[in-house]
Amino acid sequence: MIGLDFSSTGEWLRGTGPDSDVVISTRVRLARNIAGFNFANRAERSEHQQVVALAREHVLGCCDRQGLLWVDVASLEPLDATLLVERHLISKHLAKGDRPRAAVVHPDESLSIMVNEEDHFRMQVIRSGRQSADAYAEVNRIDDLLGAKLPFAFHKRFGYLTACPTNVGTGIRFSIMLHLPALMMTKEIERVRRAAHDMQLAIRGFYGEGSDALGDIFQISNQTTLGKTEAQLLQEFDEGVMPKVVEYERRARQVLVERRASLLDDRCHRALGILQNARLLKLDEALRLLSHLRLGVQLGRITGVDPQTIDRLLVLVQPAHLQKTLGESLHQAERTEARATLIRQHLS
Amino acid sequence: MNGHRCDRCGEEATIHEYTPSHGKVLSETHLCESCAQELGMEGKVVKGSQELLQQLILAKTGRRKAPAAATCPSCGLSWGEFREHSLLGCPDCYAAFEKQLGSLLERIHEGATHHVGKVPANQNLDLAQRLTHLRKKLAEALAAEQYERAATLRDELLGLGAGDGPPMLDGGESAGSLRA
Repeated sequence: MIGLDFSSTGEWLRGTGPDSDVVISTRVRLARNIAGFNFANRAERSEHQQVVALAREHVLGCCDRQGLLWVDVASLEPLDATLLVERHLISKHLAKGDRPRAAVVHPDESLSIMVNEEDHFRMQVIRSGRQSADAYAEVNRIDDLLGAKLPFAFHKRFGYLTACPTNVGTGIRFSIMLHLPALMMTKEIERVRRAAHDMQLAIRGFYGEGSDALGDIFQISNQTTLGKTEAQLLQEFDEGVMPKVVEYERRARQVLVERRASLLDDRCHRALGILQNARLLKLDEALRLLSHLRLGVQLGRITGVDPQTIDRLLVLVQPAHLQKTLGESLHQAERTEARATLIRQHLS
Repeated sequence: MNGHRCDRCGEEATIHEYTPSHGKVLSETHLCESCAQELGMEGKVVKGSQELLQQLILAKTGRRKAPAAATCPSCGLSWGEFREHSLLGCPDCYAAFEKQLGSLLERIHEGATHHVGKVPANQNLDLAQRLTHLRKKLAEALAAEQYERAATLRDELLGLGAGDGPPMLDGGESAGSLRA
């Protein structure tokens, strides 16, 4: 068993933190590899095992965060692995791999370290709301602790060496999860996409690369990792880019309030009505309605619904969570019914 | 002596390679004899002072002095394989494909080709190099079934803090298949 409470959600879904009306969470991750070993894609099984053994000893041994959980991903049931993906603690790539691999997770889910993903270590710290500096400080501290025990592959020209050259140098990825319903409703999201592209940023959907913007939720992350210091990258991302995107969304929300109030009210009250009464809900429909409800709550058009409940539902309505909550394997048709029931219970 | 250190191990570099382009030096590689040999670059590069080399190179047409490495000497990855999968095989690939990677990194990272960020606090290139070397020797000893020598090397690795605890030799694997 993994040792996490799946009926609840992690700290990063508290719905608090700076700019939490637009910014759901902030994630900072570092990619690191141990010197002297092949990268995971070219390593033999014995090397994978050695990396896992080194990680188990040193991550658990050096890290001062109490209660870290060691998860042997290779021996997880597929449903449990999917649960960790739905909670953004591990990647799909790690869940579906066939090499010896693991994850170290803090029970409050603010820290996770993937072992033998594309790189030997992918350490990530997640915070609720916009807290890039805080998240970076914590992941940097973990990196120092682990780096004091294990020699990381480093080159004075290229910096921290990673399997893919897109991560080389700092190995750092700042990523922010944004709720942009007003930009979607006013069809101005394309402006953000173009701006992100111009600023060398990647913009993706809820589940990262290749996923659609389910529930009007987007992830924006830096792509450049070389030639700038971590402090520069942090400043560009946190002070240069994020305030603009947050401002765009708030302005679009204001436009809706001032000029299209009936459309806005219809959308969010209709969403609440369906969510409180529907008997069958598919995932994409549930996420779309939760998005409109969240917008209505954030703008004060709907009262009596806790914003944190909505953010938690974004995770709890995912397929593996539904099955785990009910303790049984469900077909898609059964899941649509279970999803509607769960949402009614939370919003009644 | 021009004061350059080896790009890979930090020892005094005696072999220098410059890649000119349009009258400028596009990139430089400095290696000690043993690293050059490991990378298969001995005999392909010109030895001499930086000034003399630059004059020599810039007087030429701008063609590269040495062919780029076809495969990584450590893990055997070819540049073609990298192009296919976009993943390098091991840390040494960066030195082996330094030339090719230069322009690729420029495209990916807004023109940047050099790291300016964090350096590990305990950055000890000598230790990292030594660990790499010892792991390779250990793999060779195991492949040759020289178990006494392998035990000595393992003890040496443990003494450096590499893997003190988890077994380097896994019971379930063929010893000969262990790579360091």
